[in-house]
Amino acid sequence: MERRSLSAAILVHVAALLLLVVILAPVVWLFIMSISSTPDLIAKPLHWWPDTIDLSRYGVLLSSAVNSAGQAFVASLFNSLKVAGMATVAALVVAIPSAWAVSRTPSVGWSLYAVIATYMLPPVALAVPLYMALSWIGLLNNVFGLALVYLTILAPFTTWLLKSGFDSIPREIESAATMDGARLDQTLRLITLPLAAPVMATAALFAFLLAWDEFFYALLFTSDQQAKTLTVAIADLAGGRVSDYGLIATAGVLAALPPLLIGLFMQRALISGLTSGGVKG
Amino acid sequence: MTSNWITTRAWFLMLPLLIVMIAVIGWPLIDTVRLSFTDAKLVGTQGSFVGLDNYVKILSGTNFQRALVTTFWFAVLSVALEMVIGVLAALLLNQQFYGRSVLRALMILPWALPTVVNATLWRLIYNPEYGALNAALLQMGLIDAYRSWLGEPNTALASLILADCWKNFPLVALIALAALQAVPRDITAASMVDGAGAWSRFRFVIMPYLAGPLMVALVLRTIEAFKVFDIIWVMTRGGPANSTRTLSILVYQEAFSFQRAGSGASLALIVTLLVTVLAVAYAALIRKSAGAS
Repeated sequence: MERRSLSAAILVHVAALLLLVVILAPVVWLFIMSISSTPDLIAKPLHWWPDTIDLSRYGVLLSSAVNSAGQAFVASLFNSLKVAGMATVAALVVAIPSAWAVSRTPSVGWSLYAVIATYMLPPVALAVPLYMALSWIGLLNNVFGLALVYLTILAPFTTWLLKSGFDSIPREIESAATMDGARLDQTLRLITLPLAAPVMATAALFAFLLAWDEFFYALLFTSDQQAKTLTVAIADLAGGRVSDYGLIATAGVLAALPPLLIGLFMQRALISGLTSGGVKG
Repeated sequence: MTSNWITTRAWFLMLPLLIVMIAVIGWPLIDTVRLSFTDAKLVGTQGSFVGLDNYVKILSGTNFQRALVTTFWFAVLSVALEMVIGVLAALLLNQQFYGRSVLRALMILPWALPTVVNATLWRLIYNPEYGALNAALLQMGLIDAYRSWLGEPNTALASLILADCWKNFPLVALIALAALQAVPRDITAASMVDGAGAWSRFRFVIMPYLAGPLMVALVLRTIEAFKVFDIIWVMTRGGPANSTRTLSILVYQEAFSFQRAGSGASLALIVTLLVTVLAVAYAALIRKSAGAS
């Protein structure tokens, strides 16, 4: 611990306070907007804290009354859950065996670079044929179709993350089990996969967040309540004729809640995933 | 077990992934190449072969050139700002102060906020009539009338860059912080005993530890910024007067708004080529710096 003068200590604390404000202010403001009454939101000068707290918008958005703003919002919430859930499971199913194979078989290691390279591809490079194909097999505006398309993003990403996870599990444990007479499927089921459970959970969380966040493909390939996801629903609200800014903010808060909670509580797992990706490349 | 058999087994285990990748990435990419030489429409006509017509039209047109310049400025400015602020924040978070662990934990918030929610939030903040930015600047006496930050061509791109930077600098900060924590204490202590000032300590003692991780963050952020679509679509849709129309927005308009699948595909391939060149150049740079250190 280096010794510092009093003025240096004050400077550090002021800078930390500034950083805190920069990080928190926009998020807190989103929440305040969501609970402010409309007169408070359009007052001049602006009321930074509302005179009247109005929680009704949460009720409006989460109600399922027919043909209400809530019905569309709740439908998009479930669509997002379905698409992200299905895409995450499918990505893990194809990624786990491949990641293990690449981790244990150096001779096929180059194929991982091919997989990672596809992650760099701009989505626009695939969008037109994907649109035509989905339209041809009747999966436009369909949660299965969208989940399938999300594999373009999730499959390479989870494979890459899981491969470095398997790398950190010593091969010797597996060889010992094999020598004791375990078949490959037994070794994997009883030894390797339980050891890899934390990294698989991290990969699943990342995959889910990526799918929850996705906007471009959802905008292109969905058109109504049947499949529209939360991100598209919010963009519609923000760009549409809705003049109640509080309602837009409320939709934002609700959509941000799951990833923010995952982010805060799974902090350590996420950051180690992020930084190990950053450090190892 | 022979190594031959192990390799075969590996390919067998990778089969599901390979099938998926060929179906949703390989084939669409090849079909984009085919479409780029046709005048196909998005719906209806299959189109006929037109050779390099699409490419010639795009490369000689002002729309592409302007979108390229806009994308360039968006990527360079937002990534540069994110790197500088991110490293400064990491250096700060590596100091001792009250509430440090709380602040470190909160850094995840902007990163976890969905991109579309972030864009919506800033759109509300920049609102010309009721936005918080106008209110705050006016109450502090920095402006004398409300302005339309996203509605004027000369401030729209800068406003977008700030919103993008707010979301992404914490990630750079977290990566840099992890690298800073790997710097051995006795090395910094020794350099202080030897009389190194703050700057030379940063440049010669700390920077070597930061360079690798920061380079990777720089690569990933630049490629992401070059592909930017979501935040721009939600905040400005490429306007006003096309002043924020980046390449991805242009491809969207060409292929999906105007339904010109053929020329949209060739535009998309030009973007892909530019991203690939960036990625390859960066990979070479990383290998060179890894070899040097």
